[in-house]
Amino acid sequence: MFESPTIAEFLAQSNLASTLPATLLLTWTLILVLVDLFAGDDRAHWTPVMACVGLGISFVANLFVYSPAESEQIALYGMFIADAFTGFLNMVILVATLIAVLMSWDYLNRADIHRGEYYILALISSAGAMFMVAANDLIVIFVALELLSIPLYILAAFRSIKNDGSELSLKSEESGMKYFILGAFSSAFLVFGAALVYGATGTTNLPQIFSLVGGIVGGTSAAAFYLLIGAALLLVGLGFKVAVVPFHMWTPDVYEGAPTPVTAFMSVTAKVGGFAALLRVLVSGLSVLVLVEGGAAAWQTTATIIAILTLVLGNFVAISQRNLKRMLAYSSIAHAGYIMVAVAAAGTANVIDAATQSALVYMMAYMFTNLGAFAVVMAIEREDGSGGNIDDITGLAKTRPLMAMAMTIFMLSLTGIPLTAGFVGKFMVFASALQAGLFGLAVIGVLTSVVSAFYYVRVVVNMYLRDSAVDLQPALETPYVRWAINIALAGTMIFGIFYPLATNLVGMVSIA
Amino acid sequence: MDVTGLSLTTITLFLPMVGLAILLFMNGETQKANLKWVAFATSVVTFVASVLMWINFDPGNAELQMVQRNTWAEVSLGESVINVSYFVGVDGISMLLVLLTTFIMPISILGSFGSHIFEERGREKLYYIFLMLLEWSMLGVFVVHDLIIFYVFWEVTLVPMYFLIGIWGSEERIYAAVKFFLYTMAGSILMLIAILYVGNRSGTFSTYSAGGDVGVIERVHNWDGEGTYWDALGPEGESEDGGFLFNSVESWLFLGFLVAFAIKVPIFPFHSWLPDAHVQAPTAGSVILAGVLLKMGTYGIVRFNLNLFPEATVAWAPTIAFLGVVGIIYGAWVSYAQDNVKKLVAYSSVSHLGFVVVGIFALNAQGLQGATLQMVNHGISTGGLFLIVGMLYERWHTKEMADYGGVWKMMPLFGAISLVISLSSMGLPGLNGFIGEFTILLGSLGSEYLGFAFTLFATLGVIMAAVYLLKMFQHVFMGEMKRPLSSEEGYKLTWSEKAAFIPIIIMIFWMGIQPIVFFNMLDVSVDSIVALFVR
Repeated sequence: MFESPTIAEFLAQSNLASTLPATLLLTWTLILVLVDLFAGDDRAHWTPVMACVGLGISFVANLFVYSPAESEQIALYGMFIADAFTGFLNMVILVATLIAVLMSWDYLNRADIHRGEYYILALISSAGAMFMVAANDLIVIFVALELLSIPLYILAAFRSIKNDGSELSLKSEESGMKYFILGAFSSAFLVFGAALVYGATGTTNLPQIFSLVGGIVGGTSAAAFYLLIGAALLLVGLGFKVAVVPFHMWTPDVYEGAPTPVTAFMSVTAKVGGFAALLRVLVSGLSVLVLVEGGAAAWQTTATIIAILTLVLGNFVAISQRNLKRMLAYSSIAHAGYIMVAVAAAGTANVIDAATQSALVYMMAYMFTNLGAFAVVMAIEREDGSGGNIDDITGLAKTRPLMAMAMTIFMLSLTGIPLTAGFVGKFMVFASALQAGLFGLAVIGVLTSVVSAFYYVRVVVNMYLRDSAVDLQPALETPYVRWAINIALAGTMIFGIFYPLATNLVGMVSIA
Repeated sequence: MDVTGLSLTTITLFLPMVGLAILLFMNGETQKANLKWVAFATSVVTFVASVLMWINFDPGNAELQMVQRNTWAEVSLGESVINVSYFVGVDGISMLLVLLTTFIMPISILGSFGSHIFEERGREKLYYIFLMLLEWSMLGVFVVHDLIIFYVFWEVTLVPMYFLIGIWGSEERIYAAVKFFLYTMAGSILMLIAILYVGNRSGTFSTYSAGGDVGVIERVHNWDGEGTYWDALGPEGESEDGGFLFNSVESWLFLGFLVAFAIKVPIFPFHSWLPDAHVQAPTAGSVILAGVLLKMGTYGIVRFNLNLFPEATVAWAPTIAFLGVVGIIYGAWVSYAQDNVKKLVAYSSVSHLGFVVVGIFALNAQGLQGATLQMVNHGISTGGLFLIVGMLYERWHTKEMADYGGVWKMMPLFGAISLVISLSSMGLPGLNGFIGEFTILLGSLGSEYLGFAFTLFATLGVIMAAVYLLKMFQHVFMGEMKRPLSSEEGYKLTWSEKAAFIPIIIMIFWMGIQPIVFFNMLDVSVDSIVALFVR
């Protein structure tokens, strides 16, 4: 029956070329492990520099693999799909990692926790995210998720011990531990969900699931029941990863305790990976899971409720936060809510593409803006990690006008004021929600963004409108952080002002 | 269209941005003294450009003029692809408000020349950058005819105004700035939903037709099918049981737009942000706020609510006009009760804009023309009043009326100017204020949608305006001087202060004596709207 394929057949079937962006990054990272091992302490800067080079190589490979004219390519025997969706999110992930690496170099030296493994772990994690956005199979989603998460657990706890062996921060240790336990817990949900879906359909391949679901929900077998429970568990498992309410409890503690660049990194990469998988599972796999003839997908109501809870809780709790990192943590929950609005909209059959595209644009806008905001917070932090409170940025406009201006633009973008990327994202998300007929959800979305204006504007108030009572600490940041801020600022402004850029980039995306 | 492919509208719109770019690159001590000159020159050049537009403007043409339209982006909404386009052009109403904006801008910049706020707060460069950004975004609101780009400009006006109040305002500035920001954002973001719905259902974001695309306003105007345009596009199976007001798509869309505009105008009871913002804003901020920013609201009602949702407009007209009348009386009453002279002028805005609202919802030619003219009149005279208050504050550092008195005796020219501007604001025949208010009252009297009572109570507002403005004038300018200044020099008006008043005084008399020039500009544009409401 089973003949071993020739090498030519194997290569054709596995189509390794289209996996290059992710595999190149992973290979490069493995080489980096060796480089880091043999490079002496005086050459410690080799690792971050080479990490940036690796990201660049992967970015270029990504440009070659996903030319927009190319239709989707299936690789690794159908487990890996390389389409416009993958290509776009790969770029988002790579830029995010680059900004995070730029931030890290400064931070690690300042806190005296500089170790080469840090960059290696970050790169592995981002390779995991790249596999995740290309996953076409429940198994790959799980494996990629672990590849994404496990380095993040370690990174979150990276601040616990200094290079000289002295203890630094219990909070970071707590952060890593919490993240690990809840992450493991959520993976269990995900695997159980995948198992039930496999039980119902007999396959883990998303397109095959898609083709089988119609027949299953039509019948009255127990399979339909398993399928529903399986879909729900998948939603729970991925919900943990993207931190939507009610699966968000871990977020503020983890975000606050982790080293700031790690927080920035995981608030973007883990969310991008998680939402990509969520969209693939729900749209590519289960969009035909329709219980009422001609109606929306069965998971739309659930997604709507989750979106509403996330928007309301994220935005309202963020108001009472005094610590900037905690505030950004809650705001990142709120932003997951806006992406969830797009996911819910994708439940209506003829809006799938528009909703997916809006989710992608939102993620890109969020990536630039959020990383920029975290970079500013990091730049003003003191060496001991304190100084991240809302009062600590008072009068920043006088002492560091350019940084204050950048932070203002990030805050306006997070609020969704026009001429920033954040507005483009919100605009597209609400447009797709309306198209899907989810009027209530769209109205709640815009009203909660007024609430969000309150706490974002407070940051601007403190920077510009109040004078500092205490002396601000001298600028500690290195040019690398300024580069991180500049890249984020450029992205926020360019995609905000040149609106068509974003829509053209995602114009080809279709995963239904 | 000329060789560059840019219409005059585009050039006028982007001139402030040129000034902003120049300002951005001005660093160093020597250039610091020139910041205000660059800003002033930019605003004057913009004004000249807008006058060129006026010269090119053909008042007999009902179409948009000096149009430019470029596709900006394509938005896919489900199966349909909708163009978002950069679409600018002016009709009579836009033209008049563009002129108002470019007219007020140099005056308010001149008004900040002698100001002492920079000695205390510094950041002069940022101040002028925000003024340029503000002018750009306000002009954008008046000339853009694509709903999405309109929303972009509309929201962007918030940011510079927020900073102007927040950085260079008086003691309670932070509270006022945040309140202003949140209040107006809450209103406008509901409009975004309405805009998206309109685009989604009608398949276009352009309000007027250009290049083969039929704009949504024209579609509504020319709709001759069953029921209303929006009914035909609305969700199926809609029941009429709840009545039109709360159970039709059109009515909800109307309200979505109206709330945004009502907060900006402000229509009673959405006015509570206005006294705070006005009182705390620096002089130039107050002048622009009263002069132009509030008109964006009334302009929006005329342009979008009336044109897009005629049936809903008719259904809501008495209610909104009633709120307008309440605003007239309430604003005047509260204004009379103020001890703070800046607050008095601020509340007078609520009262004056009540007239505009009544005029708009009279839904006839006189009402609309009067309302549009009153927008300009109010911009000029209340802008002037805020300049006066600002100059008083520069000298005496108080806003309490009780601290003033006898200013006329020491500053005869200033007193005379203030008298003229106050009289214009209270609507003395022969000056500009009279024309607008009188036409509005005529309109409301002849309206098929409003009754006699509206006219009666609105007229009360005219009398009350005289009461509170004369009270202010009497307290500040007449009687004995309570706090003489330390030096005689302080009583003199600087050249920039005098220069700021000259154009205001000219306009007050010109519009009062020869209003026909301005009515002519409006005739055709107003008629096309009124045609919707002729029974």
